[in-house]
Amino acid sequence: MSDGAPILTTSHPPAVEVENLRKSFGSLEVLKGVSLTAKDGDVISILGASGSGKSTMLRCINMLEVPDSGQISIGGEAIKLKRTRHGMEPADQKQVDRIRSRVAMVFQSFNLWSHMTVLENVIEAPIHVQKRPRAECIAEAEAMLQKVGIVDKRNQYPSHLSGGQQQRAAIARALAMRPQVMLFDEPTSALDPELVGEVLRVMRALAEEGRTMLVVTHEMGFARDVSNRVMFLHQGMVEEEGPPADVFGAPKSERFKQFISSDR
Amino acid sequence: MQQLSYFELIGFGPKGWGLALLTATGMTLAVALCGFLAGSIVGTFVAWAKLSRNLAARTLADGYTTVLRGIPDLLVIYLFYFGGSAALGAIGGLFGAQGFIGVPAFVTGALAIGIVSGAYQAEVFRGAYQILNRGELEAARSVGMHRWLMFRRIIAPQVLRYAIPGLGNTWQLVLKESALISVTGLVELLRQSHIAAGSTRRPFDFYITAAILYLVITWVSTYLFQRAETHSLRGLRRTS
Amino acid sequence: MDFTFMWETFRQLLTGVPLTLNLAFTSVAFGAVLAMMLALMRMSGIAVIEMIAKAYVFVFRGTPLLVQIFLIYYGLGQFRPTLQELGLWTFFREPYWCAILALTLNTGAYASEIIRGGLQSVPYPQVEAAKAAGMSGFLLFRRIVFPIAVRQALPAYGSEIILMVKATSLASIITMMEVTGLAAKMISQTFRAVEIFVVAGVIYLILNFAITRLIMALEWWLSPHLRRPPSIEPRIEAAHV
Repeated sequence: MSDGAPILTTSHPPAVEVENLRKSFGSLEVLKGVSLTAKDGDVISILGASGSGKSTMLRCINMLEVPDSGQISIGGEAIKLKRTRHGMEPADQKQVDRIRSRVAMVFQSFNLWSHMTVLENVIEAPIHVQKRPRAECIAEAEAMLQKVGIVDKRNQYPSHLSGGQQQRAAIARALAMRPQVMLFDEPTSALDPELVGEVLRVMRALAEEGRTMLVVTHEMGFARDVSNRVMFLHQGMVEEEGPPADVFGAPKSERFKQFISSDR
Repeated sequence: MQQLSYFELIGFGPKGWGLALLTATGMTLAVALCGFLAGSIVGTFVAWAKLSRNLAARTLADGYTTVLRGIPDLLVIYLFYFGGSAALGAIGGLFGAQGFIGVPAFVTGALAIGIVSGAYQAEVFRGAYQILNRGELEAARSVGMHRWLMFRRIIAPQVLRYAIPGLGNTWQLVLKESALISVTGLVELLRQSHIAAGSTRRPFDFYITAAILYLVITWVSTYLFQRAETHSLRGLRRTS
Repeated sequence: MDFTFMWETFRQLLTGVPLTLNLAFTSVAFGAVLAMMLALMRMSGIAVIEMIAKAYVFVFRGTPLLVQIFLIYYGLGQFRPTLQELGLWTFFREPYWCAILALTLNTGAYASEIIRGGLQSVPYPQVEAAKAAGMSGFLLFRRIVFPIAVRQALPAYGSEIILMVKATSLASIITMMEVTGLAAKMISQTFRAVEIFVVAGVIYLILNFAITRLIMALEWWLSPHLRRPPSIEPRIEAAHV
């Protein structure tokens, strides 16, 4: 941004701001300058074929991948990076840990900690990362499990649950961090078709609560009906972006047209 | 002279060696346990070096495990026993002490066992770490856990769980290796049997007793490790 | 480090290598026969025989080798008159034979488990195919089961041989002057533990390296079906096209 650009004086900085993000793995450039702004309460669906860079972008926001260049800000706080021999690295690991505890991630393969019960999974980070009182964390965790509908499974180990239940537990774990932003990385792709619905219902409820969500997904129904913005990535660049009614109703990009027709 | 019966010989009567043998069994367990724990610490660091990005650390750790698994344990014990004394003697010389200073045999023994079993435990820990689900580590990072917290809460409990069978094998090795410490004069089970055999001229009776006591320890520890394994696998097996 | 001293040490310790290898290979050879018998007993399907083999393996794997050596070398002295009557005393009087016996009994127990693993890994369809071709009994075992099992068991057996080379060091405690025995004697005379340890260690590493390579070569030779076909074949193919 140049100095001449108008200064936005909002009382609320955007929840997530990504500017000109670039990332390569070896010689393969996965992100070629992607930008995104999510205001509080935005639910943005990120679509794209596999290999389009959509998951990589999400993982960069949580610093699970470190971008090669570009800027990521969470709630107005820019993540500081530095260049080292190994490439880019976070300049301040403390800052990364702090930001991560405000940005919760839900993974495609759930990634629940297998040696802990569902309840232990949910209270782990609030107690040990955020250092909140145990009793409070347990009460809140039970409320979260109630919300996702598996409070009766709280003392079970993850391997005893179905995929849908595991993913709902993972969502409860994310919620328990009281995150400002929730990132969903293809949350229903690893599920049997009959289990997808229960997870999508929970996500829809969260959207209706006004939570800020970035969702990488293949679920066109969710993108169309729940999110307020849709973004289509192709080969590391934003190909189409806008409110779902516009992009689905009158897609400008030929590729996006193909993408939604082939998915039907 | 009336020959003592086997049970009078190893019993707890006035002429029996029972108490001495039992004490020596305790010493065997103590030196094996200390050596095993020392080996766990060594093994953790060596495994960490083997998994690190640093080429020098990796090479060093690989060299360590290759060498220690390739040379006889007895040689390592001699190194620690005589080498330790020489080192202590040199240090003692600085302070005006003279002559041979013996390193306590218990310490040498435990250290030697620790260094040897560390090489085996490193492989056990490395193997266990590699079974860990990468996604769970990623989830830990994604909630803002720093390295030490992640090691303590997520990695260590799971690595330990996967490592139990391998650690059980290493423990059996350590237990048997502890018999070699007898060459340094530490009065553990085998040394005590040797002493008793010499003074009563009943070597077979004492060595067979030692063998039985080793078998009992092996048997009990196998049972305990199996219990630990079953317990630790809760949550891993599907109930259905 | 004093390299003249180390070179001198190396030359002296080398004189122990023949005995180290002699102990290791003699006991591995006898031990293999014993192990094969134990493995077959374990798989015999006759409960009593299985139990005997199982108990044997449990006892010899569950006690330290040094205890076994002492039991044979010193312990059997308790029965000297009887052994003399039987004419066995000349055998049990010799530390060499006692060491060989203890090492053989010991490796037999460990190796029987390796062989059993190898035999159990033979895919049943291959046995069935051999039966269908009219093979049975010893012929089936010799031509089909055994060759497959050996290939499976070879890597583990290689480690067992290395362990045996290491185990021969215990014979030094009953006066056998193999490499470790010589090293211990030199250490107690010179107190130069580190240098002598390094030299002895290098000798063992060289021995083990050589054995590892031999086993690998054997493995390669025994498994032509896993090797890539020789590079001549594609060229012949190309010539046809």
